[in-house]
Parts: sequence; C-alpha cells; structure tokens
Amino acid sequence: MRAIGIILAGGNSFRMKELSKKRAISAMPVAGSYRSIDFSLSNMSNSHIQRVAVFTQYNARSLNEHLSSSKWWDFGRKQGGLFVFTPTVTQENSSWYRGTADAIFQNLNFLKSSHEPYVVIASGDGIYKMDYNKILEYHIEKKADITVACKDVEANEDVERFGVIKMNDECRIEEFEEKPMVARSNTISCGIYVIRRRQLIELIEKCAEEDRHDFVRDVLIRYKNMKRIYAYKIKEYWSNIASVEDYFRTNMDFLKPEIRDYFFKQYPDIYSKVDDLPPAKYNVGSNIRNSLISSGCIMNGTVEDSIIFKKVFVGNNCFIKNSIVLNDVYIGDNTHIENCIVESRDTIRANSYYCGEDDIKIVLEMNERYVL
Amino acid sequence: MFTIKKKYDIIISLENYARGDNVIKKEMIAMLLAGGQGSRLGVLTAKVAKPAVSFGGKYRIIDFPLSNCINSGVDTVGVLTQYQPLRLNTHIGIGIPWDLDRNIGGVTILPPYEKSGNSEWYTGTANAIYQNIDYMETFNPDYVLILSGDHIYKMDYEVMLDFHKANNADVSIAAMPVPLEEAKRFGIVITDENRKIVEFEEKPENPRSNLASMGIYIFSWKVLKSALIANAEQPALDFGKHVIPYCHENGGALFAYEYNGYWKDVGTLNSYWEANMELIDIIPEFNLYEEYWKIYTRSSILPPQYISGDSVVERSIIGEGSNIYGKVYNSVIGCGVTIGKDAIVRDSIIMNEAVIGDNTEINKAIIAENTIIGDGSRLGFGDEIINETDPNIYTNGIVAVGENSIIPGGVSIGKNTVIAGRTEITDYENKRLDSGKSLVKAGGK
Repeated sequence: MRAIGIILAGGNSFRMKELSKKRAISAMPVAGSYRSIDFSLSNMSNSHIQRVAVFTQYNARSLNEHLSSSKWWDFGRKQGGLFVFTPTVTQENSSWYRGTADAIFQNLNFLKSSHEPYVVIASGDGIYKMDYNKILEYHIEKKADITVACKDVEANEDVERFGVIKMNDECRIEEFEEKPMVARSNTISCGIYVIRRRQLIELIEKCAEEDRHDFVRDVLIRYKNMKRIYAYKIKEYWSNIASVEDYFRTNMDFLKPEIRDYFFKQYPDIYSKVDDLPPAKYNVGSNIRNSLISSGCIMNGTVEDSIIFKKVFVGNNCFIKNSIVLNDVYIGDNTHIENCIVESRDTIRANSYYCGEDDIKIVLEMNERYVL
Repeated sequence: MFTIKKKYDIIISLENYARGDNVIKKEMIAMLLAGGQGSRLGVLTAKVAKPAVSFGGKYRIIDFPLSNCINSGVDTVGVLTQYQPLRLNTHIGIGIPWDLDRNIGGVTILPPYEKSGNSEWYTGTANAIYQNIDYMETFNPDYVLILSGDHIYKMDYEVMLDFHKANNADVSIAAMPVPLEEAKRFGIVITDENRKIVEFEEKPENPRSNLASMGIYIFSWKVLKSALIANAEQPALDFGKHVIPYCHENGGALFAYEYNGYWKDVGTLNSYWEANMELIDIIPEFNLYEEYWKIYTRSSILPPQYISGDSVVERSIIGEGSNIYGKVYNSVIGCGVTIGKDAIVRDSIIMNEAVIGDNTEINKAIIAENTIIGDGSRLGFGDEIINETDPNIYTNGIVAVGENSIIPGGVSIGKNTVIAGRTEITDYENKRLDSGKSLVKAGGK
C-alpha cells in the first residue's frame, strides 16, 4: 500500500448525551464485541497500510486502554505500526488540538518522516468495511487532489449533522456544506479522505499560517473550487454512530442477517482487543429471542431483540426488550428494561423498571458493585 | 581501567561467561508434556494431540496448564510435542494469548530432534525431559515443574513451590484424595504425618491410602538432572515408573503436596464428556467466570453469538460467533457454530465451526471441529449396543464424530457409534448406522 493512515478519534459530540461522559466516541462499544475504532483500524490493516496514526484528545483513557497493544490489528511491527498521538506541550505550541487540521499540524512530523506518497484519513466513528486501495485507485484515476468518500442516504433521513455534498457528472465536488439547516442533496461525506502526502503537508501548513484549524471547513470547503476534489461513493454498508439515535440504530442493524453476514462472516474480518472471557452461559429460565449475546455473559432471564455486550449478568425473571446493554453490567432480578441503552460497568438494582417512551432512554444507576 | 577490571572479576567469580546470566536465571521453569496421543479419546485425537483437543466451548485442554503457569508466575515453559503437533504448534505460536511471548524465557516448543548420534523419538515422559537437558540448563533453574498437558484444573504452582521449599524436598508430587474404591485406578502415595512419602503403589488392589498422584512434580534441578543422567539408558524412561522410584530408593526427600480443588483427567471419551457437562451447572465446581484465575486461549473468532427468534437455549454454554436457530439443551457449543432451524441438540458437545443442519436431532454426541451434519439427520437414537471395533473407547451411548467430517442429510445414527471422514448417503445402509457400528473413512481412527 502506498499510503499511510490517520484516524481522527479525538472527537466528542453533545449528541451522544450521557454516553460520552465516559469515553470518546471512537471508543464506543459496537455490535457486542467491538469498539467503534476497530472498524477503521481493521480496514487500515486489511488494506495493508503499514503506518497508522490515531489522534486522540477527548476523554481518551478508554480509547488508550483499548489501543494499549497494537497486536490485535496486526500493527505490532518494527517497521511502521500504530502510533497514538495525544496533544503534548512543545516549545512552539501548548494548546490542545483546536480542530482536525490542527491535530494534523501538531503532528506534521509524522507526515514528513513518512515516505509513502498518499495519506488515507478516516474518522474513528464510522462502522463500515472498506478496501482503501479501491478509493486510492479511484483517486489516482481521477487525478484528484483530494477524494472524499461519501454515501447516499434516504431522502427523508436527517443529514443535519453531516457534511452534505453536491457533485457534477464527473463526480467532482461542486458544493460542500457542513451541517446545513436545509440540505440540498442527500449525499453525505463519510469523513474518509485520500490525499497526496505532500499536498496535505502544504495545505495544513497554509492553514496553520492563517490560524485555521478545521480540515473540513478550512481545507475541503475553502479549496473546493481551487483544488480537484472528487467524491467516491460507498455502495456497501456505512453508518456513523455519533448520536444516540444513530448509535442505537447502528447496533440494532446487527440483528439483521445480511448485516451480520457482511461483517462477521465475509472476509476480511474486523479485529478487536481480545478479552479472555469464557463462553456465554445460559441457565435454566433464560429465554433469548433474536438477540446478540457476547462472551462472558450469564443469562437467567428473558432477552428479546437486544444486543448484550460482554460480561453482562442478567438476573432471574428479568425482561429486556429492544435494548442495548453495554459491557460488564449486573442486572438484578425482576428488572424490566425496554427501549434503553444501559451504560457500562453498572449494577442495576433488582425490581427496577426502565422504559424509553418516545426516545431511547439511557440508563445510568452508578451503583457500587459488591464483589465477594 | 578500574571499572573494567572489576566487571571482569565479577564475571570470573561467578564462572559465567555469558553476559547477563543472572538476568536469564529463572527460579522455576515448567516442562509441559504434550506429546501423547490420548488414544482413548478415539476419533477426537486421530489428527491432533490430546492437549490440542477442544474443551469447554472455546478452549483447548493445554490452555489450562499454560494459564496456570502464567497465573502462578512461571514464565518459562518448554512444551514437549511429538504426536501430531501441527494444531498444537499453531495454537501456541509464540505464546501471545498467555503472555508467554517473552524476551527471556516464554514458551518454547520442543519437538524431538536429530542428534549426531543416538537420535530417537521421545520414548517416555522422562526420556523427553532428558533429551532437553540443554534447554533447561540455559535458564539455570533451581526447580523444574513437570506438567502434563491433559488435565483440567486450576492450581497455583507457586504455593506448591513454597511447600517444596519449606520441606527442603528433592521432589514434591501433587496428590489429591480420591474415594478409596477408585484409588485402585491411580498411582497411590503413602505418606507419614509430615507428608513425606514412604511408599508408592501403582494401581493397587487394596489401596492403603487414598492420595492419588496427579502427575504434577516439582524437582530440585540438581536432583532431576542427576536422576535423568543416571537412568539415561533405561528404555522408555518414565517419571512414575523409573525416575521417582529411583529418587526414592536413593534416599531423596519426596513429599506429597495435597491438592483439594477441581482436577479432572479427561483421558476417556466419557470423562471428557462429563467434564464438559460439569461446566454448565449453575455454579460449576470448576468455574470459568472467576476473575482472579483466568484461563487464556487463542481465539480468532470475536463476534457475539446470535440467538434467533424461535430458538431455545437452556443450561448451555456457547462460544463467540455462533448462530443458534434451533433448540439447545444441556450442551457445550464452541465458537462459530451454526445450529439450524428446528434442530434439537441435547447433552452434546459441538466444537468450533461445526454446522448442524435444519431439523436435525442430536442426543449425547461429541461433534468435532468443522463437521457438517446434513438436514434432518438424527444422531444418538436406539439401543445401547457395545461398539464393535473399539468397545473400550466408544461407550456410555456417546456418538463421536471426527473433525472435518460430513454426515449427509436424512440419516439415522445409533448410540456408541463413531463416524469420521466425508461420508455419503451410500455409506449408510437404509440410511441407518445402527448402534455400536463404526463408519470411518479416509484418515480417521
């Protein structure tokens, strides 16, 4: 592969509500056994990208823990491998990453010391499988300066939190609007970009000189008429999890057989940190229907249409429906949970009742766990 | 000048010529015997060594002693392989799952090798260790722990080492109390009140003690080395038969370390089946869900398991990435298994990546990896008839299916049967394989 990779994983969003209290969006658990960043990271690995930098900033503990060893994604290499860049104080600079472009600028040495001609930039909150070689070929074929991966969404879908793209017949991007009030197209940017390394260094340095910090606003939108910016359409599954509704919907997508087949059965695999958990255990009284159950779980109650993450204990007579229970939750007996997301490492008292009415309800009890 | 001279003095005074021998020194190293075939597991060990056989859904038998080693702080393990080592080698690799990928020590696979003279296979347990004296010497150990790769248990070897040191022992043998009536199946140790061993009895008719040797030994290195060298010429040199009696006769201090936890020898198909089934009890005697003594394994399958809308799962454990569309009762299901619609699986062990077709019914079967069972087949029905080819292996009504086998759809298979290889409908007379029959094609046993 003739590219290096950059994963932007520093972000946070108010749209994640209480869920972002604990972790960066890129560290959100997804589909039972993964975290969001595993998808971009595995794509990088499966596309044979040898050097990958992950930029973290917001609440990075959980993410750093997840990335503490790079071997799971096959990045434990002498040549290249995985680099995690958190903001640091230097002689020239003592600010946080003030935006995506600034994050790249503060780590420009990583770009300068590489010798691969291209850079693939991806965000850590996309759930998708992609061979970056394909978009790179497209990029070269189009003689593009920048290529932006994009996805057509349903006309009725709310795109107000995305970058909306309008392109001409040759797929050259004519308009790029970030988070528009009224969208003029239903093609959204997926936050995946391909760009020549020298070009990126040049653009980022110019941004920095002008005290501009955002890659989308200050590079893509500002240069859209000067530079040849092309759109590359993703036809396969792609989803972004950066709001509670989308997070919930994306997880629930994994209950569909075709989505499961696409991610779990078809090559290439998505990798994640291995947790050494025992197989899931189903005791008498467990009644599981149309659900994903992860390893280390012990089930005693009823679970329907739900995603149960790792190491969850479901007590006797519990009823869990249309919900997501994150890692390491203990659910006491006779608890009713419906249309909810239960935050990780919690202990839900017995006989509790939670039901999301119009919205998805986020359950947070924050009880102490008494372990014998 | 002075510093250089001083350094030189230290090197000479220790009589060590290699740099850093003090760093490399390991107080105790483990030697794990994993070369046995385990022929009483029949078709399960036709292609793999017994330590590499799946256990408890996602594990392999060798994961238990290897995890015990790292949890006990023993980070140098030599694994002696001989019979069908491929699966074992790929499973262990460089030891990453057990954190045994170390700069110094870690896990080393030790197959038999050709020497300038006297090349031979490992002819016995102690002979295998004898042939690797050089390996052990590298680490300059004080103690050597001898383990076998075919037991299911959790044990802190460090506690046993403390016992060994406290008693100033030459050899410590882990032993567990067994019911007196069963004692005649084991090697029995008879001790005095200080746990010092006075006598051994191998499978005695009238046992005088109920302490059975578990095949786990700690030797003081000097004692082990001299005993191995003294008995080097003994054919099929064995620990139980030769080395331990030799140490005893030569006045060594042998002690029995009593162990009272869960320990299971999964040597026969029936004990293997039982040990698996014990994992599904509400609070199993052997609990994999405890935090402080984790069992590690290599697993490449990560996704969660899917339980469909019209399936039933009760009293079972299921591994990662399995898809359950049917009904599963009292069973141990591995990783990446598919159980088809309206299939009923009872009291069975189904290993990784097996595919069980729709409308099948399976009773008390052990189905090895990558096996395909066709739609509508029925396994484990009929009378208990003794198996015609291996009456001692295929017992207790178990249906054993070897790895990579194919069973066509619509056949009916009896009890105490064994099937291996890619079978076709024409291999079954009237679509039936009666109880007690064996059907082994290409490569099976």
